[in-house]
Amino acid sequence: MSGSAQVPAPPAGSEPVSPVSGSAHVPAPHGSKPAGPARRGRGPWVAGLAVALLVAGVVSWYASASPDGLEWAAEQAGFLDTAEDSAVAASPLADYGVSGVGSERLSGGLAGVVGVLVTLLLAGGLALLLRRRGRDAAPAED
Amino acid sequence: MHVPDGFLDAPTSVATAAVAAGGVALALRGARRELDERTAPLAGLTAAFVFAVQMVNFPVGAGTSGHLMGGVLAAVLVGPWTAVLCMTVVLVVQALLFADGGLTALGTNVTLLGLVAIAVGWAVFRLLTAVLPTTRGSVLAAAGTAAFVSVPVAALAFVGLFAVGGVADVAVGTVAAAMGGVHVLIGLGEAAITVAVVGAVLAVRPDLVHGARALRRAALLAERPTSVPAGAR
Repeated sequence: MSGSAQVPAPPAGSEPVSPVSGSAHVPAPHGSKPAGPARRGRGPWVAGLAVALLVAGVVSWYASASPDGLEWAAEQAGFLDTAEDSAVAASPLADYGVSGVGSERLSGGLAGVVGVLVTLLLAGGLALLLRRRGRDAAPAED
Repeated sequence: MHVPDGFLDAPTSVATAAVAAGGVALALRGARRELDERTAPLAGLTAAFVFAVQMVNFPVGAGTSGHLMGGVLAAVLVGPWTAVLCMTVVLVVQALLFADGGLTALGTNVTLLGLVAIAVGWAVFRLLTAVLPTTRGSVLAAAGTAAFVSVPVAALAFVGLFAVGGVADVAVGTVAAAMGGVHVLIGLGEAAITVAVVGAVLAVRPDLVHGARALRRAALLAERPTSVPAGAR
């Protein structure tokens, strides 16, 4: 979290117009990487997904079991008892567990992994549907 | 902070559902301007990441815990409209599959964690980045402050809804005091996680961070030959 603004320099003369321009903002040293969409490497994407899966699948086991802020406040103020069970409280994934899996740890981890993947597919799919194409889009990204 | 079914009466739940639907409709339009070939995958990953981190409640003392809301984090990474969509997807998945947050309260939760947290947080972020120098540290400071503010604001927005349509007969001041204090603490956690994640993404792919576009423009200008007279643009 240094304050230095080490943004990779673009090639001199590139136009500062559209953030969409396919021109590399990374200087050339990665010349050995294949051209195309994977030009800058899938590394960060794979790492990002791995972190999400690890957090949901493993780290979540260590989450605090104390009531969250709203539950706690509702109890303090005396209206927690007005909460009703969700209509899907009998869902096989209810309360972040997979029904039928004996180990609590495995059950919670699997539920987390399923949730991450479902969320990724829905949000990623929606974003891909909405994304800007054509005029502004980077050239030759199939 | 996922509101369960039963806390708020039906008219209030219907009203927040209408507000949420309107907000999501606007976001579907606005997100088109934020999303392109490169940022669309980040939107999916951001939503998945927010889902994951929301599973990890951290203790905030006094037998209480909190978890990331994620609205400001998403807004800084992928833009505020896309962030509304990310949060909506997360909340829908949580409510439908995991019974976390009520079904009749889904509109309330989208309104609070999506619309209110992001609108207020993004306003704070824009204000701070406008007055602070254009540096990476400023982006992180602005993101952290906005994330911090967004949590108690969303909590107090719930108190407002409770004042209008709370089912229980409880003094609003009591609810406000309980909600406000604990969510200030949770906001500190929100700020820490937001700064850490935005910092990590800025270190690896600064070109993808929506909230750092000004940094890229500044860097591009700085790279110009020094012979360009100041103020030529």
